[in-house]
Amino acid sequence: MALLEISNLTVDFATYTGSLRAVDGINLSVDEREILAIVGESGSGKSVAMLALMGLLPWTAKVSADSMLFDGQDLLSMNDKQRRKIIGKDISMIFQEPMTSLNPCFTVGYQITEVLSHHFGGSRRSYNNRAIELLHQVGIPAAETRLNAYPHQLSGGMCQRVMIAMMIACQPKLLIADEPTTALDVTIQAQILELLIELQQSHGMALILITHDMAVVAETAEQVIVLYAGQQVEQRSVKELFKSPQHPYSEALLNALPERAQGKLLNPIPGVVPGQMDRPKGCLFNPRCSYAQELCRQQPPELQDGILCHYPLVAPKPDLDVRTQ
Amino acid sequence: MFRFLINRLMLLVPVFIGVTVVSFGFIRVLPGDPVEILAGERGVSAEKRAEILANLGLDKPIWQQYFSYLSDVLHGDLGVSVKTNRPVVEEFFELFPATAELAICAIIFALIIGVPAGIIAALKRGTKIDQGIMGISLIGYSMPIFWWGLLLIILFSNTLNLTPVSGRLSFFFDVDPVTGFMLIDTLLSDEKGSFLNALHHLVLPTVVLGTIPLAVIARQTRSAMLEVLSEDYVRTARAKGLSTFRVVTIHALRNAMITVVTVIGLMVAILLSGAILTETIFGWPGIGKWIIFSIFARDYYAVQGGLLLIAITIMTVNLIVDLLYGFINPRILHQKNKS
Ligand SMILES: Nc1ncnc2c1ncn2[C@@H]1O[C@H](COP(=O)(O)OP(=O)(O)O)[C@@H](O)[C@H]1O
Ligand SMILES: [Mg+2]
Repeated sequence: MALLEISNLTVDFATYTGSLRAVDGINLSVDEREILAIVGESGSGKSVAMLALMGLLPWTAKVSADSMLFDGQDLLSMNDKQRRKIIGKDISMIFQEPMTSLNPCFTVGYQITEVLSHHFGGSRRSYNNRAIELLHQVGIPAAETRLNAYPHQLSGGMCQRVMIAMMIACQPKLLIADEPTTALDVTIQAQILELLIELQQSHGMALILITHDMAVVAETAEQVIVLYAGQQVEQRSVKELFKSPQHPYSEALLNALPERAQGKLLNPIPGVVPGQMDRPKGCLFNPRCSYAQELCRQQPPELQDGILCHYPLVAPKPDLDVRTQ
Repeated sequence: MFRFLINRLMLLVPVFIGVTVVSFGFIRVLPGDPVEILAGERGVSAEKRAEILANLGLDKPIWQQYFSYLSDVLHGDLGVSVKTNRPVVEEFFELFPATAELAICAIIFALIIGVPAGIIAALKRGTKIDQGIMGISLIGYSMPIFWWGLLLIILFSNTLNLTPVSGRLSFFFDVDPVTGFMLIDTLLSDEKGSFLNALHHLVLPTVVLGTIPLAVIARQTRSAMLEVLSEDYVRTARAKGLSTFRVVTIHALRNAMITVVTVIGLMVAILLSGAILTETIFGWPGIGKWIIFSIFARDYYAVQGGLLLIAITIMTVNLIVDLLYGFINPRILHQKNKS
């Protein structure tokens, strides 16, 4: 049985201008010790989907799903109190903005020992040594003295390491990393990713890695889910996806990679993810899809074999004439 | 930290000069002749009048008067009250504890009710509860102190007979003024029941003086809380699985209090000016009542000295609040250290 099994997760936000569907029926399953990547442009609902799983969305959000099972427990039927026993301990999450995700008023040591004493009991002080050990594990030099540092005294990369230390403190079975490197310097990004993968292996955790960068997916994950405008457009193993993407959006994401650039030019995807106001009729990707046909503009596609497309691509080097019709 | 303190003290110098000018000028721009008011209905001859003015040093040109006042102030001499013939400083510090006690009780009352009310309003934003709390606080904010005081006296003292109308302590009790704070002095004395009696006297003035600060604190707490609750670190705290209570009272409130503490600093001025009215309504023998009395008597030295001391009190409290601010918000302290 999979560690995490979610089917048909949907999140609607109540906004001033009406209801906004941020996540539209996504399915995912993560095995123990597996790395799943969720990829998609900004605004495609990656964060919202994971916050829904954590139960961290604001009250304006309405979450529904056919099932949401973690480690055999049904997260949907749980009340907040029961869920709080699991999150931070068995499922934990690190965020995109390390500098603002730590509380400016408390020391690093306080914030790490707090989570331990909350889930395992005992005083915060009794976990000081454990906190030092964790800071060592995430590669923070002079861990003993850092315990008394405030977040503003640390760099962004250091803050993210502290976040990671805090979130693996209780030895979670699943760690969700929401664009953990997006806000960091390029030189630091690789280090943090490496650290996450190393910890995932040494702790035997499952990892859901959210990213908008296909290169990161290639280096890390086994399975990948591609989200577009809240919809899951493709779900494959990473190897297969890179060999032959079947959804035009996945292909466009891959083509946008620098190493796949033709000549000196990158191949950015034209246009932007549709918002609440400019949702197109038919397939949500059709205005940006170079293969769009009349059917795509009229009718929304249905999910077939994990692909949400009327005309999935088949060949590794797709052209209009090699498509199924 | 030390440098920060020095910097702040340097900034106070021009403020201090300004305050001496205002306190000196205030009583002099009021209409009414000090000698005639002193003499009362019988009036006074022109010669006698000139003699009194010369005695008081009020016959010299105004700038000369100011500089001799400033020089006296710098020597710690605020002059002698014309009415009572006692040094102004002595009178002030004798009455100050009564005002301080009232102001402290008022601010504690405002915090104890205002902070939780603000938190609840923020957590229940947009609901009837939020609207109710904010509505009541708006009414409290716009309530004229005089009218509000009389209203409470009519209800609790006259109709329900629950609270005394005026003073700090019933005259049945004989309590030695050790600290000047009645609640402490009554505890120190062996007069039975005097503490409860003092508490009884404090209730209405505290409520009256604390109402506006309460309203301000509730509104400020609410808006600070709303801002803080949407911060990333609050989401992190919740992601740790902490209870809502802990997230709100430890992680959010600590940050929200940074703004609230600043407001408390500004509140000192509101409290002391509110104390003037409150003390007058409740016959509370403090600075406020004394200043009013001195103004009516055109007691130049008492008024200019009293106003100056009040201003110094406000500046001191604001300085303390600034330092406190650094302790609540570690970022401030470190920035100040670096600069
Ligand atoms: N609290 C919220 N209220 C209303 N809409 C939201 C809220 N949070 C996110 N959204 C919307 O949900 C959509 C998906 O956002 P998000 O999951 O953050 O995207 P990303 O894939 O970049 O993580 C966006 O259109 C965003 O505007
Ligand atoms: Mg995001």
